Amino acid sequence: MPPYAGPSAARPGDVAGVLRLLVYLVLAVVLMVLDHRGGWLRAARAQAEVAVQPLWWLAGLPSRAGTALREDAVTRTQLMRDNTVLRNALLVSGARNARLQAAAAENARLRGLLASAERGRLDVQLAAILDIDLDPTRQRLVLDAGSGNGVRIGQAVIDAGGLMGQVIATTPTTATVLLITDPDHAVPAVVARSGVRLMVYGSGRTDMLRAADVPLSADVRAGDVLLTSGMGGRFPPGFAIGTVGTLQPDDSRAFLEGQVTPAAQLDRGRDVLLLRGYKPVPAQAAASAMPLQPPPQAAVVPPAPQAARAGTEPAR
Amino acid sequence: MSRPRNAWVLPVSLLLALLLGLVPLPALLQPLRPYWLALVLAYWVLEEPERAGLGAAFLLGVVADLVFGGLLGEQAMRLAIFAFILDRFRARLRFFPLSQQALAIGGLLLNDRVVSAVIHLVLGAPQHPWTFWWAPLLGMLLWAPLHFALDALRLRRRT
Repeated sequence: MPPYAGPSAARPGDVAGVLRLLVYLVLAVVLMVLDHRGGWLRAARAQAEVAVQPLWWLAGLPSRAGTALREDAVTRTQLMRDNTVLRNALLVSGARNARLQAAAAENARLRGLLASAERGRLDVQLAAILDIDLDPTRQRLVLDAGSGNGVRIGQAVIDAGGLMGQVIATTPTTATVLLITDPDHAVPAVVARSGVRLMVYGSGRTDMLRAADVPLSADVRAGDVLLTSGMGGRFPPGFAIGTVGTLQPDDSRAFLEGQVTPAAQLDRGRDVLLLRGYKPVPAQAAASAMPLQPPPQAAVVPPAPQAARAGTEPAR
Repeated sequence: MSRPRNAWVLPVSLLLALLLGLVPLPALLQPLRPYWLALVLAYWVLEEPERAGLGAAFLLGVVADLVFGGLLGEQAMRLAIFAFILDRFRARLRFFPLSQQALAIGGLLLNDRVVSAVIHLVLGAPQHPWTFWWAPLLGMLLWAPLHFALDALRLRRRT
């Protein structure tokens, strides 16, 4: 061993160093276990995350600046092309909307005949995604709107395609969204075609969900569209969750397990919609009103690009 | 070791490392994101151990866990282990040429990935995709430029 390498025998400082390491390791383990279990640490964590927000804002800056730059740099021809495409899209949506409105009117009439409970109005709020990469093993988003903008824990988050997730934590200026693809997330679902009820779990990947414990005899096929069932009261009924891909027997061979492609664009959009003012309907009304409702977001008015809020008319 | 000439470099570099961990990358590059925090911490543990020790590494880890929204304590444990091993071999590493230092840092970053995988395994949390094992290699390549840059900033003479 070269002379500069230092003595190899244990020095008194070494033992102290190891002891200090052990103390820190134990501390870290205690923190991890407490955080894993949830509980009071969650509240402390929420407080601490308020202090962290300027960092999130800073980290999102390059992406925001890049977007602004790109938008400034688009050429006239590009704008004209976009304009044509959007005009066409608007026409198609308008036509679709008109048809849906007829269906909604009919629905309301039939509902009146049945004298069943009217569904609550659906209000949405537009929120921008703060473009930062959090821990890649967890499927979460940070929104650029917080409790100061009226975002509350438990709100459902959707985009044009369908359900994205729910708000799990808020600070005055940001909110954290747990995506439906997170392994910790589960959504009560219903098959649009047959009305079979399922649970859809996250898989940890952005492009796949898992429908677990599907009975072998259940009327579920590949290509079926899954909607939220409204059971549990967390999510309003009728939002698209995804499309069933393949169905395979699970490990126990007593049930099927389906791969579901999410309907929402979960990887990285720019804005999301937060559902406001959804009051879970009473259980018996939910049970009668559950199957086969047109997705309410069909009537969402395209909101102004930068507006923080956009009140919209419900589909009824 | 003489008094640090530019004391502000340490907090600023750590803050930058935190930000670099958050800045969005295309999905393809995301697994390759080097563990900036560990790289910068390694520099300070090697160069100014009286200012960046085990306690600093632990605290930095807790802050990083809050910032990245991960499991609280995970990075604290990873960085504490990282700093401890580095501190143990500090005398030897400081006399290594930069290329060998980079190799050692690469090994430490790989070890860090193993620690992280074990933590996730024990707690039943989802594992990183296998592509994340490339990140230590990139970290190793970045060690020399980072070392030069921080050296230049820290030892720059006031004008």
